[in-house]
Amino acid sequence: MSIPVIEARGLTKRYGTATAVDGVNFKVAAGEIFGLLGPNGAGKTTTILMLLGLSDISSGEARVFGHDPMREPLAVKRLVGYLPDTVGFYDNMTAADNLHYTARLMGMRSAERKQKIAAALARVGLAEVAEKKVGTFSRGMRQRLGLAEIIMKDARIAILDEPTNGLDPQASIELLELIRSLKAHGVSILLSSHLLDRVQSVCDRVALFNAGKIALMGTVPELGRHVLGGGFAVEVEAESSDGIAKRLSALPGVRSVEAPAPGRFRMTCDRDLRAEAAAAVVAAGGRLKQLSLDQPSLEEIYTRYFQNVQEEARHAA
Amino acid sequence: MRREGSPWQGLGVVVLKELSDHLASARMRVLEWLVVLTALAAVYAAITQVRDVTAQDPFLFLRLFTTARDPLPSFVSFLGFLVPLMAIGLGFDAINGEHNRRTLSRILSQPIYRDALLFGKFIAGLTTLAISLIVLWLLVIGLGLLLLGVPPGGPEMGRALIFLAVTIAYAGVWLALAMLFSVVFRSPATAALVTLGLWLFLTVIWPALAPAIAEAFVPADDQALLVTTAQMLARVSPSTLYGESVLALLHPTTRALGPVYLSQLQGAVMGAPLPLWQSVMVAWPQIVGLIAASILLFVGGYVAFQRQEVRA
Repeated sequence: MSIPVIEARGLTKRYGTATAVDGVNFKVAAGEIFGLLGPNGAGKTTTILMLLGLSDISSGEARVFGHDPMREPLAVKRLVGYLPDTVGFYDNMTAADNLHYTARLMGMRSAERKQKIAAALARVGLAEVAEKKVGTFSRGMRQRLGLAEIIMKDARIAILDEPTNGLDPQASIELLELIRSLKAHGVSILLSSHLLDRVQSVCDRVALFNAGKIALMGTVPELGRHVLGGGFAVEVEAESSDGIAKRLSALPGVRSVEAPAPGRFRMTCDRDLRAEAAAAVVAAGGRLKQLSLDQPSLEEIYTRYFQNVQEEARHAA
Repeated sequence: MRREGSPWQGLGVVVLKELSDHLASARMRVLEWLVVLTALAAVYAAITQVRDVTAQDPFLFLRLFTTARDPLPSFVSFLGFLVPLMAIGLGFDAINGEHNRRTLSRILSQPIYRDALLFGKFIAGLTTLAISLIVLWLLVIGLGLLLLGVPPGGPEMGRALIFLAVTIAYAGVWLALAMLFSVVFRSPATAALVTLGLWLFLTVIWPALAPAIAEAFVPADDQALLVTTAQMLARVSPSTLYGESVLALLHPTTRALGPVYLSQLQGAVMGAPLPLWQSVMVAWPQIVGLIAASILLFVGGYVAFQRQEVRA
């Protein structure tokens, strides 16, 4: 892993006696998409605001490109583009004018501004409505306008809070596509969400928040192994041959083989054994019809994890 | 702990944006028409009243501001009433409006400090008020020239100019108060109601209440103390301060704004006008009080805003 662009060490936020964020540690590497996941009120937005220097840090520290958001908020805010949860714009101003205002706040010169705003609006597909008032925009268009602001800023890091919240499926697919293209342009991305299946498709690594703490962190398959226990699940469908199950279970690295239906086998293994399984089926004289690796879904991991947590709590009580 | 960079970064941008918002807003246009129409009516009434005495009065122009003719109050009392209304109208949704539009966190995530946003909004509001007041002032002077046909003298113009400056400071107090409540209350409607309520209380109720409170705490046999206490209490209200400074500035014969003992009047030429700077000296505590009040209220709003969480 290269040098982290965002680093949080023991980041804590207390409101009176309540602790919203409790000793959170994580690093975001350059060029990766890092997801903060968890239920509403788990402390995701508070963590983001502390990273941006918009909320005081009670204890612990944060670094964004080596800058302390408490002491050098302007340096941090120059490098980071932020898309808040349900972003707002001045409704009585046009899309382009809204961007012109923020560009002026960034201290951009007039000629540069015009060119960058036009380019950014074109990239998010809002070039035709650049002179329309934002009051007429749909939610998805506003979110895209927010991304255009980040693009215009040439931000090195984009922090997106619940970017797909409240969007229809088509709009959120478009938005995720834009987020991927940001990554392709070398922007590191930190995004928070409680919509898991959508996030799974874009995140390189995720951190699962629960009650102000990071419960789990890693890539989705890593989390799957950790929470769901089993390693890889390979599904094999083959025609008319006996002894396939035996051969499959003889493969090194296979823990168990089940046969949920005739001709279908489900193997749990330590690593991806698809190639070996195919060879075994063919060697047994069977005709291989389908072979697939079951990716653990983030939703499954998430639900299972919180079930486990609740059960533990019940046992403790 | 030292912060990096200047707190004024982005200030000019915010001021220009807010100023153009104010000047183009329907709210501002309504307020301007309200002020212009009512004030012109008052001045016209004043002119018809003072025309007869043109020759005798050395401060004819100042009469434009202060003369009332039934049923209309004078221009000054109109201003004392409408300027706070304008200022509150401009300031009551300054910060909570940004909150509710959900633009606040996006704007604050740009490389500026909160200082720039709050101060920029205050400056823009005050500039808007100053522009309308200057226009109004010029209108009145122009009308006076046209209808009276007498050019104003130097000291008169000086008094009128200082009166204009004091009126702007008075507007600043109410603007700062409205902005303070726009930080404290999340709902613009609540903020507007509380500010208007406080304004009504300070302008209408408090001056009547002050003597009653004084009577309750000061022994009745000490008349002088009673009067001064009542006056000090009444001066908590910016309206009282404004009224007193206007009195000293526009009525050059005003020698004191408090009770005067007979012994102090020995040798005074009653009814003789004071020189301009002497009148300013009489009103100086009130003028300073108005400026100090707006600074204090602004600082209150500033502190509250710095500590506020930006999340909706």
